[in-house]
Amino acid sequence: MGDHSDGTPANSDAVAKAGHNEVDKFQDPGLPPHRLRLADTDPKAAKRAERQVAILFGISIVGTLVFLLAYFGIRLDDTIATLRLQNLFMGLGIGFAMLGIGTGIVHWARALMPDHEVSELRHELRPEADRVAAVQIVDDIVEETGIKRRPLIRNTLIGAMALAPLPAIAIFRDLGPLPGNSLRHTLWKKGERLSRDPDGTPIKASDVTIGSAFHVIPESLNKLETGKLNEKAKAVVLLMRLNPEDLHPSPGREDWSYNGIVAYSKICTHVGCPVALYEQQTHHLLCPCHQSTFDLTRECKVIFGPAVRPLPQLPIAVDGDGYLVAQSDFHEPVGPSFWERG
Amino acid sequence: MSTITEAPFEPQTSAGRITNFVDQRVGGSGILREFGRKVFPDHWSFMFGEVALYSFVILLLSGTFLTFFFDPSMAETHYTGSYIPLKGVEMSVAYSSSLNISFDIRGGLFMRQVHHWSALLFVAAVAVHMLRVFFTGAFRKPRELNWVVGGVLLILSMAAGFTGYSLPDDLLSGNGLRIIDGVMKSIPVVGTYISFFLFGGEFPGNAIIGRLYMLHIMLVPAMILLMIAIHLFMVVIHKHTQYPGPGRNDGNVVGYPLGPVYAAKAGGFFFIVFGIIAFVAALFTINPIWNYGPYDPSPVSAGTQPDWYIGWVDGALRLMPGWLFNIPLEWHIPLPWGVNTLSLNVLIPALVPAGIVFTLLFAYPWIERWVTRDDREHHVLDRPRNVPTRTAIGVAGFIFYCVMWAAASSDLIATHFQVSLNDVTYWLRALFFIGPILGFIIAKRVALALQRKDREIALHGRETGRIVRLPHGEFQEMHAQLDDYKRYKLVGFESPVAEEGIPNENGIVTKTERRRAMLSSFFFEDRVAPATPLELAAGHEQHEAIEAGEDAKEVSH
Repeated sequence: MGDHSDGTPANSDAVAKAGHNEVDKFQDPGLPPHRLRLADTDPKAAKRAERQVAILFGISIVGTLVFLLAYFGIRLDDTIATLRLQNLFMGLGIGFAMLGIGTGIVHWARALMPDHEVSELRHELRPEADRVAAVQIVDDIVEETGIKRRPLIRNTLIGAMALAPLPAIAIFRDLGPLPGNSLRHTLWKKGERLSRDPDGTPIKASDVTIGSAFHVIPESLNKLETGKLNEKAKAVVLLMRLNPEDLHPSPGREDWSYNGIVAYSKICTHVGCPVALYEQQTHHLLCPCHQSTFDLTRECKVIFGPAVRPLPQLPIAVDGDGYLVAQSDFHEPVGPSFWERG
Repeated sequence: MSTITEAPFEPQTSAGRITNFVDQRVGGSGILREFGRKVFPDHWSFMFGEVALYSFVILLLSGTFLTFFFDPSMAETHYTGSYIPLKGVEMSVAYSSSLNISFDIRGGLFMRQVHHWSALLFVAAVAVHMLRVFFTGAFRKPRELNWVVGGVLLILSMAAGFTGYSLPDDLLSGNGLRIIDGVMKSIPVVGTYISFFLFGGEFPGNAIIGRLYMLHIMLVPAMILLMIAIHLFMVVIHKHTQYPGPGRNDGNVVGYPLGPVYAAKAGGFFFIVFGIIAFVAALFTINPIWNYGPYDPSPVSAGTQPDWYIGWVDGALRLMPGWLFNIPLEWHIPLPWGVNTLSLNVLIPALVPAGIVFTLLFAYPWIERWVTRDDREHHVLDRPRNVPTRTAIGVAGFIFYCVMWAAASSDLIATHFQVSLNDVTYWLRALFFIGPILGFIIAKRVALALQRKDREIALHGRETGRIVRLPHGEFQEMHAQLDDYKRYKLVGFESPVAEEGIPNENGIVTKTERRRAMLSSFFFEDRVAPATPLELAAGHEQHEAIEAGEDAKEVSH
């Protein structure tokens, strides 16, 4: 007992140690006697196992044929049903083809191949003499370089090696442009009409009834030739109409809404999922990704979940034709926080 | 000396002739002699590593097929394939080619399903294999470095999974990428730049799929292959571990020879794994991208889940509160050049739990070695119950992981069990801290109880169910003694005792050493000693005494 920390290789053998104190520990009785299987003694059982293996291989052959039949025999039309059927039979075919071979071989190995467990000695990974020699070689090599005696060489080498990977980092500079101000701007600008996502038809203030919600994009988004998704990823907005008395605008934001209609960025301030769920009764917005919950009646303040900042509000007004328009861009960057956000 | 040259060796069988042919040309007999009959221990739990290896092979096979048809371009196109609901819809070429693989290439859908299912199985098998290695102590000397290689493989397999998950450019994977983008932007100083360089500009840009594709089909699999090669090379050098039992010790390997039995079982098992994956792919839909639609930054469906292996990081993001009471976890730091933003609400859950798990995972072999001062080679595994503290640590870590993993489904838990989503999150937040502690205590108690049961069985035999009435009227159940082999399995383990601090050469117990001694008692204080022959002999006497019908009735110790 308690000699577990004796680290010499000679004592690493559990059995030898058990033998040290015969009273205290049970002796290893050695490998249990081998028990013959039925197939070892009864030729009938062996024959039966042989047949079973052959049947399993036969199943595999059938499986392969099923696959080929499904591949060439089932004509795909435009319906999902035939696709499903083909997928099912191809899969079952390959499944049986593979399982037939696999179970057949394993059954063969277990029932008919010799099942004598054998014991083999482990060799020491490396004898101590070898290790001593190896350590000596390494020490000699280090000594002959003289790196320990010549710190000037060592230190300049370390310096050079530390700097050498810099080009490997710098060369990736052109992977993308620098952020610049791009995260601070969206497509929204003064007079930009709010339009329905995805078809881009503008929204009349009179169409927005109390309790309704609209998924909104800037009207000019669909006219973009390039970078549409990039702009959409920042500009999407949720539009809702509440009773004006349910809104509690802070000073300076009193005229950001119109007749109880408010527009907020749809991009979660946590990690950027679209905050797509609007609970009409409670006036809560819920992000389905990480469950950040925003209270619409308190300027989308966070009331639950991992987000910290409220959703940015888009100031809106109504143009001469009665359509909803933006008063300006968002007054802060939308979406998740970043180091330079400020 | 004889002048007659001996006739050259001529093999008599056809297999022998082929072997001889090859050997004379490439000299493979050395390898064959080393490996042909090499002994491998057998146990069902050694299978997980094999499952991982085989599902990786299946991933390579099915993945190669998919690359012939997949086009990783983010250029805009209008769908013209045969899936009617999406006809004419604007989408990326990547998504369109994924749809074509599913609907217009025979067997394409099947290969996609095989690829996705085997990816899920691959990461799962790697993870379970690591649990097996941990709980049985297979990471101990000389296998510490192979444990580290295994940990790297786990990270790489998750990387392979995630880069692949994003390729079809469907709505779900695009939202996944957006979350990654948000997490990257939270990294102080360089986060925004990393995001812009990775995406080639603003999210989503038009570069990311092509870049992930290259990582997914070249860099990551190449690294996995390299690590697998190192891993298996080390397995050969170390020889496989074996479970404890009669006739097995640190100096031998007991098992089946590679040829034919082990090779047949292991080789056959590849086909079994393939067959099962094929069945699953035939019967269960995975990732039906046609239902999600092309990526669009505006919509998202509720109740969406990441692939299971990413769940724990996503769950950590969900668990983290944005506000701790009234303290915001996003800080605006005034610096001489302006105000900078530190998003702890994103940064902490994204980095800290994964950091803890992987740091402890990689360091554990050295921690345990330092605490136990056990520098011997171990080739016989521990039964988890015989090392209660390590088992408890493993269970605590496992529960830590599982709480985060469950949190990734907090919304589904809430809708399925009709409970409040907020309550689910509150409970999981509490479990995040309490769960591992409870798990530790319970696992340790269970391990100790199992050890006591082993002791009991070793000393008193197993219950036979045979009730005997003694002459004086008492009923007793007869116990049958175990044979020596079965008993040895229950008693043949080491049970170290806690150590006092050991003074150094100056006779002083250093602070480090005192700390080590404390951890040593943490490890070994609670122990059940293995049964000894003396106790067995004592038990026999007692037993005989009872059978002799004497009045002495104290049965227990």
